[in-house]
Amino acid sequence: MSNVKSNGGRGEQLLAWIDERFPLSKMIKEHATEYYASKNFNFWYVFGVLAMVVLIIQLITGIFLTMNYKPSADDAFASVEYIMRDVQWGWLIRYMHSTGASAFFIVIYLHMFRAMLYGSYKKPRELLWLIGMVIYVALMAEGFLGYLLPWGQMSYWGAQVIISLFGAIPYVGDPLVEWIRGDFFISDITLNRFFALHVIAVPLALCMLVIMHILALHETGSNNPDGIEIKNNKGPDGIPVDGVAFHPYLTAKDLVAINIFLIAFCSVVFFAPEMGGYFLEHANFEPANSLKTPEHIAPVWYFTPFYAILRAVPDKLGGVVLMGGAIVVLFFLPWLDRCEVKSIRYRGWTYKFALACFAVSFLALGWLGLLPAEGVYTLLARIFTIIYFGFFLLMPFYTAREKTKPVPDRVVYHK
Amino acid sequence: MSFSKAMRFNKFVYGLLAVAMIGLSAGVQAAGGGGGLHDSVGNDVADTASLQRGVGNYVNYCMGCHSMQYVRYNSIGEDLGLTDEQLINNLMFSAEKTTDLMTIAMPPESAEQWFGQAPPDLSLIARSRGADYLYNFLRGFYLDESSPTGVNNLLLPNASMPHVLWELQGTQRAIFDEVEYAPDVTRVEFVGFEQVTPGKLTPEEYDMFVRDLVNFLDYAGAPEQLERTYLGIWVILFLLVFLFFSYLLKNEIWKDIK
Repeated sequence: MSNVKSNGGRGEQLLAWIDERFPLSKMIKEHATEYYASKNFNFWYVFGVLAMVVLIIQLITGIFLTMNYKPSADDAFASVEYIMRDVQWGWLIRYMHSTGASAFFIVIYLHMFRAMLYGSYKKPRELLWLIGMVIYVALMAEGFLGYLLPWGQMSYWGAQVIISLFGAIPYVGDPLVEWIRGDFFISDITLNRFFALHVIAVPLALCMLVIMHILALHETGSNNPDGIEIKNNKGPDGIPVDGVAFHPYLTAKDLVAINIFLIAFCSVVFFAPEMGGYFLEHANFEPANSLKTPEHIAPVWYFTPFYAILRAVPDKLGGVVLMGGAIVVLFFLPWLDRCEVKSIRYRGWTYKFALACFAVSFLALGWLGLLPAEGVYTLLARIFTIIYFGFFLLMPFYTAREKTKPVPDRVVYHK
Repeated sequence: MSFSKAMRFNKFVYGLLAVAMIGLSAGVQAAGGGGGLHDSVGNDVADTASLQRGVGNYVNYCMGCHSMQYVRYNSIGEDLGLTDEQLINNLMFSAEKTTDLMTIAMPPESAEQWFGQAPPDLSLIARSRGADYLYNFLRGFYLDESSPTGVNNLLLPNASMPHVLWELQGTQRAIFDEVEYAPDVTRVEFVGFEQVTPGKLTPEEYDMFVRDLVNFLDYAGAPEQLERTYLGIWVILFLLVFLFFSYLLKNEIWKDIK
């Protein structure tokens, strides 16, 4: 309505001035005040917003960390301690960033599991899922790159193990490993390029991917715990009858969720920043030493499910292929699932059982990845690897003739 | 003092968090095992007097060989309530300025020749090894004639570190016994220590000495922990209040949705 002369205050005049030059009001309407999502969102629907909160925490604390961090093999470890001890509030910034890394994965894993519970990856949201998966892979890269930067023993040897995995690829393996490291071993050169990738390349890609993810979401509309397309049931005003505007309704709900999240987050930051050695590993408080291999090399907890799959296979190349496959197979989820019904509320027992098995195997693999690969642990890792892949590869069969319940026309909402 | 109350509350919160991790850590411990000393140090970084004794112990007995290169004298002064004069007179033997880092003069190359490996910097030793480990390590030296230093250590077999504190602790012998833990399978296990010559300190005094020292190392590993845990309570309280109001706001906004 920019042609209507506003009699409002200066704020409105300014907004009108901007709107003639930039679609500010239009964007706010499209993505907030007139973006309608189902009113029956449960707690599983907060993790997208929480992921955004963590991303912002990581970006801001990351900027401040780079102001004092020195990406060189000689100075990196000492510069982190300088941040922890001599920089004003440096310890807070650093713990927020290190806790944020783990929080990011907790939030993302729950966000992905939500999609699996309510079929949010299904038509018409396949591309939304694929963009999300690319974000997840970028996030893993970001976590891995960032973990080298403190230049502790586990930084060094963890990177050594992961990079050497590329050496298992036939013919190009060894030159590829050298190309990634930029040296014959992990050195100052590797640290420098990891720093560049960690602070510029991957965050930039992440931010753009997140924007794409949100645009794709707002194109199809959000799913809901009933897996019903609320757009199919609009009122005379053209607004979905089961929809509420993102702002102020969902923002108000999200604010509560953000507060609960921040309480958990701050409890770790202030009272247990090492989280018993799971968020900050004890061995990483020793500077990197290329001559001294730690007794037990374990990646940070968020990689351990895949690490367990890697070690479950006796052959190195086979292990690498299976580990990569464990991530790649997730991309195909929208096409592996043949069931028309989205939400677990109305799906048959087969999918419920399979999803439970998947959840258990993922957690078990994560636990096994922290332990040494020996004896019964290896056996267990093999069993759970089979269950993990079984969930995906058998999906076309057990979902094709699933006995589903009737899906209601309207979402279930109890005040 | 509210500070020690805060520390107690922190332990409670930490305990709650620890419960969440019990499943995982139980598995890790089951994988570890092995004999040795597993006494808990029971130190308290909020005990400033203990930290003051501990830093004294450190500069007098450890700092000849072990630097603390990330720690500044004046930051210790601030945290432990010591004046610059006290720092200069009691702690700074080679440093010139109170803002100096706690470095040492011993060149690492020579140290490596003398000891087999250079004595490590101890700024972060409590974080990489844990306070309990250090407590047991410093109480775990026993006579061993086959070792070049005349002693061995129960927690770090064939440690290149001599028993620097032997004058205080005296000397002790480790008693090992063959234990049959399955039919026809025996294992040599540590049973206990036996005092050979008394030291200047009684065993209780020595434990206290080590506890103060380890308490200081614990503090030095993460000096921010004093402020962090105290501040954390206020942050959480603020968030709880904010949570309450955000919940009211949500209810207010959602009241017409049917």
